[in-house]
Amino acid sequence: MKHIKTIAEGTLKKNRDTRGCGECQTSCQSACKTSCTVGNQKCENKK
Amino acid sequence: MVHTFRQNGLNIALDVESGAVHLPDDVSYAVLSAYPDRLPTADEAAEKLGASFGEAAVREAVAELAELAADDMLYTLPEQIPAPVYSSLMPIKAVCLHVAHDCNLRCGYCFASQGDYHGARGIMSPETGRKSIDFITAASKGMRNIEIDFFGGEPTMAMKTVRETVAYARSVEKERGKNFRFTLTTNGLLLNDENIDFINAEMSNVVLSLDGRRIVNDRMRKCVDGSGSYDVIVPKFKKLLEKRGPDKSYYLRGTFTRENLDFAADFEHIYGLGFDEISIEPVTAPADKSYALRDEDLPRIAEEYERLTNIILKLRAEGKKVNFFHFMVDLDGGPCAVKRLKGCGAGNEYAAIAPDGSIYPCHQFVGMEEYRIGSLDEGVVRDDIRRIFAQSSIMSKPKCAGCFAKYNCSGGCAAGNVFYGGGIDSPNEQACFMQKKRLECALLLKAAEAGAHVEF
Repeated sequence: MKHIKTIAEGTLKKNRDTRGCGECQTSCQSACKTSCTVGNQKCENKK
Repeated sequence: MVHTFRQNGLNIALDVESGAVHLPDDVSYAVLSAYPDRLPTADEAAEKLGASFGEAAVREAVAELAELAADDMLYTLPEQIPAPVYSSLMPIKAVCLHVAHDCNLRCGYCFASQGDYHGARGIMSPETGRKSIDFITAASKGMRNIEIDFFGGEPTMAMKTVRETVAYARSVEKERGKNFRFTLTTNGLLLNDENIDFINAEMSNVVLSLDGRRIVNDRMRKCVDGSGSYDVIVPKFKKLLEKRGPDKSYYLRGTFTRENLDFAADFEHIYGLGFDEISIEPVTAPADKSYALRDEDLPRIAEEYERLTNIILKLRAEGKKVNFFHFMVDLDGGPCAVKRLKGCGAGNEYAAIAPDGSIYPCHQFVGMEEYRIGSLDEGVVRDDIRRIFAQSSIMSKPKCAGCFAKYNCSGGCAAGNVFYGGGIDSPNEQACFMQKKRLECALLLKAAEAGAHVEF
């Protein structure tokens, strides 16, 4: 495209069908303990 | 909803509902900024923006945006996920184990009241540690991955309990079909060869607390006798890192307050000490504290996050590895939509256990009787309280509806909302401001990674 370059296609729409297995890390357990950071968490179901 | 912003000379657009990220030129940036909520027709966009960019260019840009919209990468509409999917009670599978309600530092900003959580100082017994493992293996039901964070106070004041709890968990994890992941947060004072080796062997992540420059660290992080802790802890943290394998993560974690709004300098200092996994968090404190962040500080904090971004850009351009926790975002993977709606899981999937075995929704509620949900002896008896936490999500927070950062912070920290926002569903606006700025910085770093020309 000439006027816009895509650097990430987005995964939110695609994974709306998953129902949340709950196996992933609780976000607060990583470093912060005082804020909620979810966008950087890994999915346990993706290899 | 499309969020557009410019930073370091680059135009960036985030399609909030899909998570797609684009780098628009000036024409398409103008179109997206003028129409954040819907794709305009070529005619209306040309009429509005043709004088500035030329009618043909505007029409061309709208056609490209329409293609992306058709592919669910722009103007994506929110999809309804049934409420029970994200707001039901889940098994508890992560606990913050308060092995020590005591501390050997007297940090000025401590939310845990210098380690005692407004109660008696005390150390969790090894027996309570083992009972916590029994509790979590039962409460987690079919969940396999169990997280145990050794916290305090200062958990290394209770190393006997930490060691025996880990040994017990390891002895039962196979037969109970669990995978325990241990983490520990320490101020470093009591680190020695013996417990460094233990921590490096058993803890999948370790959080090392240091605020940055000596003067900054020692102003807040004081020993019991009032002396600064910097000179004692820095060599110990370096030793821990030297002995820690590359396969295990760590964070060197600091706190910034109103007294070091130039915290990018602390980031640089920490990096200069040899640490490349860094987290520096805004202090959480009542507004009447002199070091608490004020609304008037927010523009300065935003500038500082930009400064920090530029430092990272420069280091990475030199081929160096460096990571800032709050700028991490996974655009190609990351958690599922349900997780993003629910957030941290405090009170639902996550709980904190005090030295006496009392159970609370998270570490920040420990010691607050009205939030006590049970104990190791009686089990969880207050599912009514847990339900309040379970039912809090992006969907229950009116302020989140129009926010571009909502799928990255999930409506903020439950405790932060309760203590400083006005209620569990009322995010603390200072935290919101900073979260949004950090997400923009994170997206800029992603653009640089993708090869975009970024000025710094």
